[in-house]
Amino acid sequence: MPESSATAEPTDGGRSRTDLGPSPSSEPYTLRRGLFVLGQGIRHAPRMFTLAVAGSALYGVMTAGSAWALGRVTKEVITPSFRSGHVDGGDLAKGAGLLTLVAVLLVVGVVGRRVAAGVVVYDLGAIFRRRVTAQYLRLPLAWHSSHPTGQLLSNANADVEATFQVFAPLPMAIGVVVMLVVAAVAMLLADPVLALIGLCVFPAVFAINVVFQRRMSPRVTRAQRLRAEVSDVAHESFDGALVVKSLGREASETQRFTRSAYELRDANVEVGRTRGTFDPVIEAIPNLGTLAVLAVGTSRAAHGQASVADVVQVAYLFSLLAFPVRALGWVLGELPRSAVGWSRVAAVLQATGQLPFGDATLGGTGAAHLSVENVDYAHVDADGDLVPALVDVSLDVRPGSTVAVVGATGSGKSTLTALLVRLVDPDRGTVRIDGVDLTTLRAGEVALATALVPQQTFLFDDSVRGNITLGDPALTDDDDRRVWEALRLAQADGFVAALAHGLDTQVGERGATLSGGQRQRVALARALVRRPRLLVLDDATSAVDPQVEQAILAGLRDAGSDSTVVVVAYRKATIALADQVVFVEDGRVVDVGTHAELTGRRPGYRHIVDAYERDAALRAASEGEEVLR
Amino acid sequence: MSAVVGVRAEGDEPGVRETLRHGLRMSPEMSRGIVVTLLLATVATGGRIVVPFAVQQTIDRGLTAPQGPDLSAVSGLLALAAVLLLVTASCSYVVNLRLFRASEGGLATLRIGAFRHVHDLSVLTQNSERRGSMVSRVTSDVDTISTFVQSGGLLLVLSTLQLTVATALMLVYSPLLTAVVWACFLPVLSVARPMQRAVSGAYQQVRERVGDMLSAVSESVVGASTIRAYAVEARTGRRIDATVKAHRDAAVGAQVRVALAFSTGVLVSGLVTVVVVVVGTWWGVRGHLTLGELLAFLFLVQLFTGPVQIGTEVLNELQNAVAGWRRVLAVVDTPADVADPGEAGEVLPRGPIAVRFEHVSYAYPGGPTVLHDVDLRIEPRSRVAVVGETGSGKTTLAKLLTRLMDPSTGRVVVDGVDLRRVRFSSLRERIVMVPQDGFLFDDTVLGNVRFARSGATREEVELAFTELGLADWVDGLPRGLDTHVGQRGESLSAGERQLVALARAYLADPDLLVLDEATSAVDPATEVRIQRALDGLSRGRTAISIAHRLSTAEAADEVVVVDGGHVVQRGPHRRLVAEGGVYGRLHASWVAQQTRA
Repeated sequence: MPESSATAEPTDGGRSRTDLGPSPSSEPYTLRRGLFVLGQGIRHAPRMFTLAVAGSALYGVMTAGSAWALGRVTKEVITPSFRSGHVDGGDLAKGAGLLTLVAVLLVVGVVGRRVAAGVVVYDLGAIFRRRVTAQYLRLPLAWHSSHPTGQLLSNANADVEATFQVFAPLPMAIGVVVMLVVAAVAMLLADPVLALIGLCVFPAVFAINVVFQRRMSPRVTRAQRLRAEVSDVAHESFDGALVVKSLGREASETQRFTRSAYELRDANVEVGRTRGTFDPVIEAIPNLGTLAVLAVGTSRAAHGQASVADVVQVAYLFSLLAFPVRALGWVLGELPRSAVGWSRVAAVLQATGQLPFGDATLGGTGAAHLSVENVDYAHVDADGDLVPALVDVSLDVRPGSTVAVVGATGSGKSTLTALLVRLVDPDRGTVRIDGVDLTTLRAGEVALATALVPQQTFLFDDSVRGNITLGDPALTDDDDRRVWEALRLAQADGFVAALAHGLDTQVGERGATLSGGQRQRVALARALVRRPRLLVLDDATSAVDPQVEQAILAGLRDAGSDSTVVVVAYRKATIALADQVVFVEDGRVVDVGTHAELTGRRPGYRHIVDAYERDAALRAASEGEEVLR
Repeated sequence: MSAVVGVRAEGDEPGVRETLRHGLRMSPEMSRGIVVTLLLATVATGGRIVVPFAVQQTIDRGLTAPQGPDLSAVSGLLALAAVLLLVTASCSYVVNLRLFRASEGGLATLRIGAFRHVHDLSVLTQNSERRGSMVSRVTSDVDTISTFVQSGGLLLVLSTLQLTVATALMLVYSPLLTAVVWACFLPVLSVARPMQRAVSGAYQQVRERVGDMLSAVSESVVGASTIRAYAVEARTGRRIDATVKAHRDAAVGAQVRVALAFSTGVLVSGLVTVVVVVVGTWWGVRGHLTLGELLAFLFLVQLFTGPVQIGTEVLNELQNAVAGWRRVLAVVDTPADVADPGEAGEVLPRGPIAVRFEHVSYAYPGGPTVLHDVDLRIEPRSRVAVVGETGSGKTTLAKLLTRLMDPSTGRVVVDGVDLRRVRFSSLRERIVMVPQDGFLFDDTVLGNVRFARSGATREEVELAFTELGLADWVDGLPRGLDTHVGQRGESLSAGERQLVALARAYLADPDLLVLDEATSAVDPATEVRIQRALDGLSRGRTAISIAHRLSTAEAADEVVVVDGGHVVQRGPHRRLVAEGGVYGRLHASWVAQQTRA
């Protein structure tokens, strides 16, 4: 009676990366670590687990019981009836009743075990998915940026699933142990010598299972890794389709995919070869055992040492137990996968380095006073190198003023904006609002006072309104008046009003249904609706047309000076809004002053902001020369 | 873009048999040698009747022999049975191996074929939301088939054989009891289908919930900085928890249904045994059956009920596998909307390139017309700037020019040849586009640039950066050209990614370079430097730039102004400024941005 081992969970269409990522801990698998995971799981779902084991035990007892009942019915009803040529209706009914009772209890056991084991698997999955994502929400961004997105997604999905999948066959395996004990007792009661055969066969099946799992798990792990690789190649190749196509690289991409696909094929065949070797062996051994029971049993019956019924019962027990014993193998097979999954999940759960919070608050209202003192910041790149992004940066921004940050591509501007709203903490130095060190403020306090619109905007899979208010009920009062006001300021009211459901329009995953410029304007409205005391714009209008951008900037200027504004900009019109300009080069603030001052004394600054004009002038000059010539 | 491009709609789905036939045609390896495999499988299954037969013989001829239990009467038989078991076990091994080889080989072929074909579908470049589903066509969908073929499929074949063999043997022992067994199971078979439907409905639910959950979880990773900046951790956490709980509930619901469906078979098996005992005893006492035959029959009932129990579960797997197979085949069958003429196509000689748009219109399938009757002539070696507001149709123009899509009406002509008749290998060599989001692969800077031309040497890549005036930038990277850029280039800034993408296109050395906002995230000085480098070095080359920074337009030989899908103005920058109109307006705001300091 084969029973599928897994409470198979269908995987999602494509979005889930089966990627198991590089393992954070490469310690070898040991049984101890596997058992530790089992302990963790049982501790978190003790009641359902107990129920599943109880169901399984009932199933085990009843499986052995069905053989016992059949033996008893054979001995006390069938054999006498055949011998006497006469059926006692009452005895037969009693026998039938007994067999029916056993069958029903067996089914109760099966259902109980399956349902409860399923609940255990999915409860554990849910508990740990919540914990992992809670960590993602808690851990500092520096931690996030040092872990690839794909790895974090698979930690929360595939790894959690891999960790607790073992709980699907576990109750069954425990039930099998119960079943084996009961069967051993039943066999011993029937005939000790026949029982001895059983006591040889079942340990043999178990031992072969252990060998099988040992051989199997590295092969399965390898196949899993290659499957993830195939998926990664496909993901990357399809994501980069525009590049692949426009450079005509389809053939070489197909080659790359073919290599992965063939490796996976060969690995799967290897898995198949191992399974194909062991399956027939494991099936044959109990069968050979049955034949041995028949031979020995006949001989013992000939010597009057055992009854026909005893022999039949033991032989029947063998045929019943042959399959379930494999459940022990399933558990042993799943354990290494669980242990690896757990080590990855645990790495997230044990990650420390939360941003420290104090209990200070910002009492003030109106525009904030921002100061940055001797700040250093370095980040870790994809090679694991520490790359300094900001070096000894100091700034003082008076309340209500607007500061433009200007610098070349890769000079550290975006990193600076992240420090100002405390997405990251400086390695050295202090950032203060109204003189208060941001690290001493209590959690959530910085967000109340500041708003950042990053270069690359992120929208939630929610309505336009939800994306702007982020669930703050105060912002939806009065017929969304404040929301519309912010949208107007961001030059987004027109297109939002034209959407099919206006503010209630769902924007799709990451705002996929909106254009880049529209996403940027919604993100801008999200910042503006909060009337932040400090507004930080990081090239936040790069995807917006010049005309629209002009209108946005004009709106910001007219909106009054309840905000201090820091804006990363290249355009003179944006710079024109600034009271002061901060010029950044290679992570250092090289100068601070008005646009006129910087133009006067900083060639590097002139080089960037006058680039277009200079270009136009040069061109005009060369055209002039051509004309003269 | 609401209308889904290409890919056959669901609904008019081919049936199971048609899908299997078509699938096997796509993967010839799968059916190669299938007859031998099936014959061996039959022998292997035959092994399963060895034990019940041995039981019967032993009981009748050994245990209940007239002169008392006698081992010698059955010892030869038992030895033979043992040999048969070993032979059939060996057959099982060979069957398993053949099956794995054939199915894995066939599925690898299917996977690769589908992958190659997906790259020809415009779904990929036009509808980013559907890319994920394309990935699952070549991964999880194929895996579903593989899982089924190797476990469920084999089980299904063996079970059917076993059912047949068991029935035949049961008939030999007792036609009446056989009829009784079948009578008990027929009702089970009739409820199997509705149960199976309920189970697959439940799994469908689970799949949807998994999708929601993954999407919510990914927000906590991808949107981490936004979540932090607005301190909406609690709200995001609640949203995630809700989807996690919904998934858990759906999965448990499915599990309950599976458990109930599966147990029906187990229950009936148990009850059948009871019925056989009662009827068999009654029938045997009347002399129609020996004790051994009845007991052997009970073993055969085990052999019979096993496959029926498996049936419910395997049929469900079968349905999933067929659905997966159908999805993969649907992709393979979708005609490439932008097809390579291949061998029949023309190869254009390298050299300066001229482009003509003749009455070109374009509408997205089921969407509005985004380009109306465009006539345009681009001279060899000219530098053309295409300008216009967001949504005016600029990017559509670029995609038609590079044949990422074909016009709905009219034609695009290159050097006198309709673009649709040019071989892809020739087309991609001559025309290269740099999109705004210059996608980078998880590799080094060097590897990414070399993507354009795998044979390029390190020196050539260095030269590309030097000629673009970007050598300083490369030197500033921690490991120069060998710096890893991370997944999708995550560890570079948006502007830096664009620099690498530009060098990549530059290395490809096309005759026509199409830049679609390719420097939008780069600082002005660098942008101007790149622009000048491209100008200086591309004298023999035609270049088309799409940009909302009008510096490009000022430098171009000709400016094409697109508005609402129409070309409304064209000519050199200065003339257009004088003309006013749309360009006058765009230019005025550009100038205002540049000079208002």
